[in-house]
Amino acid sequence: MVKKMGYLLNWVFFLGSTMLVCLILGTILVDIFSKGMSSVSWSFISKFPSDGMTEGGILPAIIGTLMLTLITTLFSVPFGVACAVYLNEYAKPSALTNVIRASIRNLAGIPSIIYGLFGLALFVQSLNLGTSVLSAGLTLGLLSLPYIITTTEEALKRIPNSMREATLALGATQFETVKDVVLPKALPGILTGVILSMSRAAGETAPILFTGVAFYINDITTSPSQEFMALPYHLYMLSTQHQSIEQVRPLAYGTATVLISLVFILNIIAFYIRFKHRSQD
Amino acid sequence: MSIKRREQADIIFRKIFQATGFITIALLAGIFIMLLYNSIAFFVEVKPIDFFTGSQWDPGSMKGDYSIAPLLVSTGLVTLGAMLITVPLGIFTAAFLSEIAHPKLKSILKPIIEMLAAIPSVAIGFLGIVLVGPWIADIFGIQNGLNAINGSILLAVMALPTIITISEDAINAVPLSHREASMALGASKWETIFKVTIPASMPGLIAAVMLGLGRVLGETMTVLMATGNAAKMPSGFLDSVRTITATIAIEMGEVPYQTTHYFALFAIAVILFLITLSINLLGEYFSNRLRRFHA
Repeated sequence: MVKKMGYLLNWVFFLGSTMLVCLILGTILVDIFSKGMSSVSWSFISKFPSDGMTEGGILPAIIGTLMLTLITTLFSVPFGVACAVYLNEYAKPSALTNVIRASIRNLAGIPSIIYGLFGLALFVQSLNLGTSVLSAGLTLGLLSLPYIITTTEEALKRIPNSMREATLALGATQFETVKDVVLPKALPGILTGVILSMSRAAGETAPILFTGVAFYINDITTSPSQEFMALPYHLYMLSTQHQSIEQVRPLAYGTATVLISLVFILNIIAFYIRFKHRSQD
Repeated sequence: MSIKRREQADIIFRKIFQATGFITIALLAGIFIMLLYNSIAFFVEVKPIDFFTGSQWDPGSMKGDYSIAPLLVSTGLVTLGAMLITVPLGIFTAAFLSEIAHPKLKSILKPIIEMLAAIPSVAIGFLGIVLVGPWIADIFGIQNGLNAINGSILLAVMALPTIITISEDAINAVPLSHREASMALGASKWETIFKVTIPASMPGLIAAVMLGLGRVLGETMTVLMATGNAAKMPSGFLDSVRTITATIAIEMGEVPYQTTHYFALFAIAVILFLITLSINLLGEYFSNRLRRFHA
């Protein structure tokens, strides 16, 4: 009898924990979407903010986030893929390779705010890029690097060695093997990682705080040397720093809805690519 | 293309790929040196002993109080609360996913956990203000729900996906033969889980907890939004606190370039860097042990 009670208790703990995790996600989504959907309309995503941020839309923040994510990706993907290729295709097991791998793992663990400080010191001040969407994008690019390297390397590992050997036996150089056989074959896996890292970059706030984000700009960011607005920062400012916080709460909910939708769309695309690729194998 | 040109291209690209590997080492070293360089400028002006043992962080005061102690205690308090919530919740969920859930149920639950991981920290912080804050104020009968416990709850939510995913991998890695042997000796399913599977995956579980801990310690936006940001020594979970990360985020935007205050923010950042680095190294040590254990 006591034993039976114990089993029941175990069930409660295990199933209860899992249900609680689902409940947390449910609460987050229901609260944000139920209160945010009414603020989201075509004019909300296509207009500039007006009347001291209490009216209007979030167009510049959407454009800013898209530009920021684009710069981040353009910088981190070639670099990250090259590094993953080196580790998986070229590097032999050695102390040096271990140091590189350990660096990458530790880079992944550095708090994002410290990347922000580094970006401030390196891009904004030393390289004189100023507070701009370029500085912020490069900072986020560094932050995304470890993630891109890890996911790309996993994709490369799934390519069977026999394919490399066949290409090399036909007389291709190692670079040609990588360029014409390994990378094309690993593309879906790499793409999944890239899209997921874009979704993370789009939601990051701390690294862009001192590297170029602005509360308000009166024009759309068009050049990489301009400051920019971003969705996550906009949400932060509307919910903590605005002088009439209660009045702009619907706008904050609307911004949160747009931001989470953007991130989820990217995740669904990544999920779809992975799913399609897996079913082909 | 002639063979010679092809071979040249091969060599050039080999060098380029290799260079990117070296740059990652340079990046880690560069971040550390940048932090250290700027904090040395701070320690020239403020004695390290005052920095570590003082009790006030108040750069605006007449003589300028720069003590990391209240920020460190705040960070520790919020982190402790978050870990107390997230570790049992995460490990139980991981064990449920790995040992009990039907594959079909698992294929629904895994994307749910991935979705949770995808939610931006600023959105979680926003919910701390509009949802969790009022709950806490109601339950404890206090005016304002922006305090340490609020931050702990939110950080626990943010660390959950990391802890669940890595714990589940660790539990999955325990060989089936262990479980079969335990069952064959007459142990029930639960006894097997608690006395065989979980102990066998312990190094992996510790690694998961360490990675979750690193994430919690370094998180900025959620604590910045939800903990009230009072830079004083907290006395309990219902006090408003300000973590190291939040202090950097608030003050770096306003402080004049290359003043003592500016360098002070690098000094607290270097402490944060060293803490997260040692936690990551510890986590790595445990996950290596797991790998060796099953090799």
